[in-house]
Amino acid sequence: MEFLLAIITGLLYAAGLYMMLRRSLVKLIIGLIIISNGANLLIFLLGRITKGHPPIIPEGSKVFTEIYADPVPQALILTAIVISFGLQSFAIILIKRAYQVVKTDDLDEMNTIDEDIK
Amino acid sequence: MLIAILTGFAFAVLLLFGGKLVKGKLSILSTLIPLGLFIYFARFIGDVSSHNFIQENFSWIPSLGVNLSFKLDGLSLLFCLMITGIGTLVFAYTSAYLKGHKYLDRFYGYLSVFMGAMLGLVLSENIISLFVFWELTSISSFFLIGFNNDNPASRKSALTALGITGIGGLLLLAGGIVLGNISGTYNISEMLANRDLILGHEYYILAACLIFGAAFTKSAQFPFHFWLPGAMKAPTPVSTYLHSATMVKAGVYLLFRLSPVMGGTDFWNTTLTIVGLVTMVYSAFHALFRTDMKGILAYSTISALGILVFLIGLGTHESFLAAAVFIIVHALYKATLFLITGAVDHQAKSRDVTQLSGLRKVMPIVAIAALLAAISNAGIPPSVGFVGKDLIYEGTLHMENSVVLLTALAIITNVLISYAGYVAGIKPFVGKLPKRYENVKKPPFWLWFPPLLLGTLGFVFGIFPVLIQNTLIKPILWSIGLEASEVHLKLWHGFTPVLGLSALTIGSGILLYFLLKPSHKLISFIAKFDKVSPKYIMEKMTWAFARFSAFWTNVFQNGYLRNYVSTITLFLIILMAFTLLQETTYRVDYSSFAKLTVYEIVILSILILAIGLIVFAKSRLAAVVATGIMGYCICLLFVFYSAPDLAMTQFAIDTLTVILFVLVLYRLPKYLKLSDYKMRIRDGILSLAFGGLITILALEVLAQPVNSEVSDFYAKNAYLLAHGKNVVNVILVDFRGADTMVEISVLAISAIGVFGLLKLRLKSVERYQK
Repeated sequence: MEFLLAIITGLLYAAGLYMMLRRSLVKLIIGLIIISNGANLLIFLLGRITKGHPPIIPEGSKVFTEIYADPVPQALILTAIVISFGLQSFAIILIKRAYQVVKTDDLDEMNTIDEDIK
Repeated sequence: MLIAILTGFAFAVLLLFGGKLVKGKLSILSTLIPLGLFIYFARFIGDVSSHNFIQENFSWIPSLGVNLSFKLDGLSLLFCLMITGIGTLVFAYTSAYLKGHKYLDRFYGYLSVFMGAMLGLVLSENIISLFVFWELTSISSFFLIGFNNDNPASRKSALTALGITGIGGLLLLAGGIVLGNISGTYNISEMLANRDLILGHEYYILAACLIFGAAFTKSAQFPFHFWLPGAMKAPTPVSTYLHSATMVKAGVYLLFRLSPVMGGTDFWNTTLTIVGLVTMVYSAFHALFRTDMKGILAYSTISALGILVFLIGLGTHESFLAAAVFIIVHALYKATLFLITGAVDHQAKSRDVTQLSGLRKVMPIVAIAALLAAISNAGIPPSVGFVGKDLIYEGTLHMENSVVLLTALAIITNVLISYAGYVAGIKPFVGKLPKRYENVKKPPFWLWFPPLLLGTLGFVFGIFPVLIQNTLIKPILWSIGLEASEVHLKLWHGFTPVLGLSALTIGSGILLYFLLKPSHKLISFIAKFDKVSPKYIMEKMTWAFARFSAFWTNVFQNGYLRNYVSTITLFLIILMAFTLLQETTYRVDYSSFAKLTVYEIVILSILILAIGLIVFAKSRLAAVVATGIMGYCICLLFVFYSAPDLAMTQFAIDTLTVILFVLVLYRLPKYLKLSDYKMRIRDGILSLAFGGLITILALEVLAQPVNSEVSDFYAKNAYLLAHGKNVVNVILVDFRGADTMVEISVLAISAIGVFGLLKLRLKSVERYQK
C-alpha cells in the first residue's frame, strides 16, 4: 500500500507542478492546492501508515495498550491543512480582485509595471 | 613600523572630522605627516647600511598563517624614503596646486590612505598582507584618478585603471596562495629557504605566471600598459606621486622582492626580458606621437618601467645594480618633469607642447628645474641619469647571448626617452614667447620649490654618487641576496665602450629633437593603429562581456514566474536524480498488494481520475469540482489510515475551498488554454520527472528505519500530563498550544485580508490612480 501511496503522492506533485507552470492565474492556484495536498500526503506517508488504530487512548486505560498511528505527523498535517486554507482563500479572492483591476488572468499580461495599467 | 603605516589611514579618518581646517590656509600643515614619516624612516639608514634589517611581527590571523609582519631592509627602505620623501613634496605642492578646491580635504585623505597602503606594501613580509595593501593602493588610485568626478573621461579612466590593477591584485592573491601551498609558509623570507622546493614544483610555472600577471598590470607592462596614460586624467600631483614615482613601481618591487625566491630560471628571465623589451621600445616609440606633456611623460614612464622589468629579467649582478640605481634616477627626474608640467598647466592653462613656448621668460625658476630634469633624463653628465644609463649599458654588455640586440634596443629606447624629456622639459621654455602667455604670472613658492629641489638632487647624487652608494644601493643588493662590497658608483669610468654608447645616445637624442617637431599630424597618424591596440581590444572584450552578462541575466531573470519555477525544479531533479539513481535500494513488496481492500482500490482509482480531470479539464467548473473530489478522496484515505481528526478537518476545509471558488467563479474570465502544444509537452515531461523524483524519494525514506522517540513521548504523557485521550488534539491544544495560537492569528489575518479585498470598492482605486 505504501508503494501505491508513494505513486499517488508523486502524481499529485506532478499535476500540481504542471498546473503551476500554466499561464492562467486560476490554474496556478489550483496547482498550489494540489501540491499542498501532495505535501500533506507525503508527510502522512513518511510517518508510516497504520490501519484501524487511531491515536486515541482507549476507554479505561491511561496509556496505549496496543499499536497506534503516529500522532506527530497528524498534528503537523492538521496545522498544514488549516494554514493552506488561509493561503488558498486569500489567493482566490486576490485573483478575483486582480481580474477586476487588470481585466485578465494571463500571468504574461500582468508581467508589467503599474504605470501601464489603465 | 605598524604605527608609521597606520598614520596615513588615521590621518584620512581624522580629515572626516577636521576636514575644514586643511581646506584653508592651514593646508600646508598636512605636509608634516609625510615629512615626519620621512624623518622616521631616514633614521634607519644607519642601521640598514650596516647590513642589518629591522623586523616587527603582529599576529593577525595566525590560524591561516597570515600575520602583519614587517621587515625594513634596503629595498623597503628605498621605497619608504621615496614614498615619504616625494610624498612630502607632493603634499606641499598640492596645497598650492589645488588651493581653495572645495574637495581639498578629500584629496588629502585619498593621498594619505595611498601613502599608508604603499608603505604597508613595501614593508610587508607576509605575501597575503602584501596583497591587502596592494589592493588598497589600487583603490586609492581609483579615487584619485576619478577625483574630477564630474568629468566622464575621468570616471572611465578610473574604472579602467581599477579593472586592470584589480585583476592583477587577484592574480597576486592566487599566486601568493600557490606559493604558500608549495612552501608551507606565506612569509617571503621563509619561502626563500624553500627555494629549491618552489623551483622544482610542478606548479612553479603557474605561480610565476600569476606573479607576472600581478606585476605587469600594476607596473603597466605591455599589453596592460594602457591604463597608465588614461590615469593621467588625475590631477598632476597624483600623476607625479602614484603614476610615476611610487605605485606603478609596486610591480617592479614585487619582482625585485621575489627574484631571490623564484628567479634565476630560464622561464622567469626570458619572460621578463621579452616583456620588458617590448614595453620599453613600444611605449618609448609611442611617446613620439603625443603633444600633451602628461601624455609624453606617461609613455616615457611606461618605457622606464619596461627598462626596469627588462633589467630584472637579465638577472645578473650588473643588471640588478643598474635597476636599483635607475629606480632612484627615474623617481627624481620623472617626478620633477611631472611637477613642472603641473606648474605650467596651473599658470598657463595648457599642456600642449605645440602651443607652449618661451615660458622661461615668465617662469624662469620652473624652467631651470625642467632643464635639470631633462638633462638627468637624457643621461648627460654630471647628472645621476648618466650614472644610471651607464649601468644599463654595463648590464646589457655583460650578457652572454645577444649582446648586440639587447644593447641596440636599450640605445633606441634611451634615445626616444631622452627625446621625450627634451620635448616636455625644454621645448615649452625655449623660443619666442607668444603674446597670449605674456601675462602669465609667476608660480607660487610651493609650485616651483619641489621640482627645483628634486632636480637639484639629481645633480647632487650625480656628482657625489657615493651618497647613495653606501646608504641605499648596497643595502638593496644585500636585500635580494647579492654581494655588494665591490659596488663603486662613479661618474667617470675613463674611455670605455660604455662611454661611447652614452655619447651616441646623447647625440642621437639631441639630433632627433631638432629633426622631429611634435605635431597633431603625428597624433592622427598613430590614431590609425588604434584598432589593433591592446586598449581597443580590451574595450571590445569588456563590451562583449557586458553583452553576454545581459544575455545571461535575460535568460534566467526574465520575470516569468513559471520559468523560475521550471529552472529551479529542473536543477533539483538533475541534482537529486544523480545521487538517487546510483543508490536506489527500494524493492517493491508485491505481497502487500494482496491485503488491499476494495474500498482502497476504488478510492485510489477515483483519486487518479480526479487528478487527470483537473489537468485536462476544458472548463473551470469541472476543474474546481475535480479538485473537490480529489480533496474528498484524500479525506477518505485519512479515514482508512487511522487519522479521524485529519479527515474531519480536510472535509471541512475542502468544502469551504470549493464553495469559495464557485462563488468567485462567475466573475472570472474564460478558461483558456494559453500555452501552445510544445510548451505543454515540455512542462508535462518536467512535471512527471518531478513527480517521479518525489515518489522515489518517498520510497527511499520508507526503506529507512523510523525513529518514534517524539511520538512515544506524546503518546505516553497525553493522559498522564495533559489528561486528554485524543493524542493529536492534546499535541495541538496543549503541548504545542502556543503554536496553535499563532496559527489562529495567521488565519485571522488572512480573513481580514479576504474581507478587505471583498469590500474594497474599485472606485477608490481609480480615484487613487488619478
